[in-house]
Amino acid sequence: MLFANQVIDGLADGAIYASLALALAFSYRSTGIVNFAQGEMAMLSAYAVWQLMTWGLPLVPATLISIAISFAAGAALYAGLVKPLSRANLLTVVSVLIGLYLALNSLAGFLWTYSIKALPSLFPKAHLQIGPLSVSIETVGIIAVVACVLLLLYLLFERTKLGLAMRGAASTPDSAELVGVPVPAMLLIGWGIAAALGALSGILVAPRVFLNPTMMFGVIIYAFAAATLGGFDSLIGAVVGGLLVGVVENLVGTYIPWIGPDLKIVVALILIFGTLLIKPDGLFGRRKVARL
Amino acid sequence: MSLLSINGLQAGYGPRRVLQGVDLTIGDGQILVVLGANGAGKTTLLRAISGTIPRAGTITFDGKRIDQLSARKVVAAGIAHVPQGRGTFADLTVDENIRLGAYLRNAADAKRNRERWLTFFPRLRERLAQQAGSLSGGEQQMLAITRALMLQPRLLLLDEPSLGLAPIITRGLVDVLAAIRKETAMTMLIVEQNANLALAIADDGMVLESGNVVLRDTAANLVGNDEVRRIYLGYE
Repeated sequence: MLFANQVIDGLADGAIYASLALALAFSYRSTGIVNFAQGEMAMLSAYAVWQLMTWGLPLVPATLISIAISFAAGAALYAGLVKPLSRANLLTVVSVLIGLYLALNSLAGFLWTYSIKALPSLFPKAHLQIGPLSVSIETVGIIAVVACVLLLLYLLFERTKLGLAMRGAASTPDSAELVGVPVPAMLLIGWGIAAALGALSGILVAPRVFLNPTMMFGVIIYAFAAATLGGFDSLIGAVVGGLLVGVVENLVGTYIPWIGPDLKIVVALILIFGTLLIKPDGLFGRRKVARL
Repeated sequence: MSLLSINGLQAGYGPRRVLQGVDLTIGDGQILVVLGANGAGKTTLLRAISGTIPRAGTITFDGKRIDQLSARKVVAAGIAHVPQGRGTFADLTVDENIRLGAYLRNAADAKRNRERWLTFFPRLRERLAQQAGSLSGGEQQMLAITRALMLQPRLLLLDEPSLGLAPIITRGLVDVLAAIRKETAMTMLIVEQNANLALAIADDGMVLESGNVVLRDTAANLVGNDEVRRIYLGYE
């Protein structure tokens, strides 16, 4: 029973990693850039919920508004910083995004101080008894919310003209231009969706770790492990990677006592290292092949 | 009445100017083939028309100036460009490639055109669910042409459609282009190494040399022109 419980808890953690890993994969796929500041943006999104609530809004509307603001912020980041740098060399872009990471982290400390705050959970504090298993509603809720978001994304990409155009723009921008797709607008929307997904992960994780400027540090490392394991340019890979990392992290923390909660983060690093060593393209990543 | 008329067109890459001031006209429904050695500016000419590189000079299409328009606006004006190397969306399926070609058209037009052009390329119909990147070179070229036709263009720009294809595949492709022309009277500007084949379906041909038009004549006259025969058609 302990095992089954650990797996389900792992899936809930994994769902959170998956949504942040998906955010990373999204921007990487469309623009070839890993957004190192993704986690800090997610942290600010969680703070935005807290701020809106202190101004008197209930939790659910505050959450939805924060996700909408995050979408706009992601789009603005693309338009203001990433697109102007699109011809710069990669190291420049990476430096700028790491700079942004530090700036956002300090901004949160400046605005809201470094002392922890409590963000209420979207789900009631109760347990469901499913046969012999006792699962918290939060665990089930997190998995359900992320599953719904994934379904919506799937429908967007597979069933709508906008989704098809976004995939075309990410795949071969020059050709997308030639069929009349406004490529920069598609990339803008892609970065917006990435930030919204990140916001979701931040808002889901904040009640579990308390709100503070460094709360995403652990999560972003797991998300990187998830994206690497799944293959950085694969959306399915990010999801599967996230769930796997969540489950493995929980099982290792439970069954290998000397690792425990303190060394759990090492699991993520080993996963990243192992993936890069054995299968650098990840489980679902495309191997870059050029036909001459 | 000419569909496309170009005056003093200059274009290039950075400081390197490739087109030195090209003038040309294409009548509505005409097929014009551009001949020329490597580096003469054939591809650059097509790119300058479709607005994928900066250009100077005047380009009038269907009575409207298009030389200031972005690539996307040129597409919207009705010019479809099949680039060199085909430029298919390798990780999308064949069907998705075709549907994306109709991005600027409504759903009803897209559906009707898809059926129409698939009858010209039955091979693609068999491969609709396959990833475009897994197609053979000839199939990719068919896909690139179909995708361009989905726009319902008035003018089709084709850049080296036979590049890297076996002669028999090229022959089939040219036959399909001739059939499409017969049915739709579509205007085409074709850059092609295989001058023999291309001139067979063209009305006119022109020769580019170092970014200048040095010769323009009917296809029949060009086939009989000694110099053209020697340099571009491979006759001794």
